[in-house]
Amino acid sequence: MPPNVALLEARALHARYGEIEALHGINLDVAQGSIVALLGANGSGKTTTLRALTGATRRSGSILFDKREVIGHAPEDVARLGIAHVPEGRGTLSTLSVWENLAMGAYTLTDARRTRARYEKLVAYFPWLAERREQPAGLLSGGEQQMLAIARALMMEPRLILLDEPSLGLAPIIVSRIFEILRTINRDDGVTILIAEQNAAAALALADQAYVLETGRIALSGPSHDLAGNEQIRKSYLGY
Amino acid sequence: MHDLAQQIVSGLATGSIFASMALALVLIHRSMGVINFAQGEMAMFTTYLAWQFSQQGMPLWLAFPLTIAIAFAGAVALERIVVRPVERAAPLTIVILTLGLLIAFNGLAGWIWGYVIKAFPSPFPTTPLHFGSVAFSSQDLGIIAVSLASLGAISVFFKKTKVGLAMRAAALYPESSRTLGVRVGWMLALGWGMAAAVGALSGLMIAPVVLLDPNMMQGILVYAFAAAVLGGIESPLGAVVGGLMLGVGLNLIGAYVPFIGTDLQLTMAFAIIVVILLFRPAGLFGRRRLLRV
Repeated sequence: MPPNVALLEARALHARYGEIEALHGINLDVAQGSIVALLGANGSGKTTTLRALTGATRRSGSILFDKREVIGHAPEDVARLGIAHVPEGRGTLSTLSVWENLAMGAYTLTDARRTRARYEKLVAYFPWLAERREQPAGLLSGGEQQMLAIARALMMEPRLILLDEPSLGLAPIIVSRIFEILRTINRDDGVTILIAEQNAAAALALADQAYVLETGRIALSGPSHDLAGNEQIRKSYLGY
Repeated sequence: MHDLAQQIVSGLATGSIFASMALALVLIHRSMGVINFAQGEMAMFTTYLAWQFSQQGMPLWLAFPLTIAIAFAGAVALERIVVRPVERAAPLTIVILTLGLLIAFNGLAGWIWGYVIKAFPSPFPTTPLHFGSVAFSSQDLGIIAVSLASLGAISVFFKKTKVGLAMRAAALYPESSRTLGVRVGWMLALGWGMAAAVGALSGLMIAPVVLLDPNMMQGILVYAFAAAVLGGIESPLGAVVGGLMLGVGLNLIGAYVPFIGTDLQLTMAFAIIVVILLFRPAGLFGRRRLLRV
């Protein structure tokens, strides 16, 4: 089990799009080395939560990352602290090549040898990256683009990786492959993961802790096996 | 045949000026989605600086690099101070701002240096170069060599360096780039700096030909715009090829089609803009965007 030291602590986190408040003050804890799932229906605020954490969406409240307040930091500075974000739609740099996407992932690393070492390591997880490194990333299949987005996020040697619906639109076999890799990354490299998912069953099987969002509020939270084991909760909140 | 070869080389020389200015326009357009109408006037202004330096007795080999460095630093500052407040405004707002800069630089140059046309020293020898029995103007060959070398260097910079890659990513995918830790605003400023440096170089190259006056770059900017549209406003390579094609094409038409001659060249440039926008808006090198959802 991961040690129970908080890597990320969000308190009374609000987020708004113009006049409309989309997140009404949530509290969220992500322990060092853990995998935390963020569940909920479409429009419940999963994406907004992740965007609020990185600063891509206007937010207020408090977000401590490794005991440091990040509210007020621009997204590029949040990234530099070691929070990688795989956004909704994967954020593929589609006209750039696969290698250029990965190189951009390592943008914050100043040492070219470290970039090289990261690349070698990721090629071990995703061998096809090496074969297709010169191809435009936009020509990859959806599943490959998702894996590329994860690989790109891992290039910066993040301490925390935020994943927004990595399973969206992908075949089940691809999803289980991606989740398997996430588990490996978490176990072997100690990368902490916060994953927003609609696929509750898969996400609960992966995660240690889970939060269920409902219209911008936390409706429920707890260890994932408790949530998955409670039929009442599964039926009313998770839809399976 | 000799005449044709000379016309082509001379067309390539003006074409490489169009190509450099077109590249400057494309660099800004890619990152901001607008044409910087002040690009030509910025080049004109820095050319005056070089003239001033050489009047003070500074040798050209020092005055030219110094001018280009000032153009770069000045444009970075201009972007950070003047353009940044409207960076996320509607395109029309930014266009109006660049038009304002056009008028400001033009007026400022006239106010400081006056409107009397000045001769500008050429860095190239006046004796022609002979290849077999054909003589080419050293000036033309020099312009072509310097322009192509600088365009080549820029291309290597964008393809092979980390900052070049980040500039491309920031221009095309600002939000994704931010999540990767790229300071997109500074990349934009660097783009302005590079565009101004390329522009300054074309000003320095063309000033001995068209002579120095506050309006010297206005026609050239129209040709550059035509070249950029011809090649594809999204494509740096297209801008360069478009510029060279336009230079050679206009020169040949000027020499061999008496009906159009040199009087209607600017009209031809406008005609090219209209025809391309009507029939092939992406230009010759414009790519359809790759997208998979």
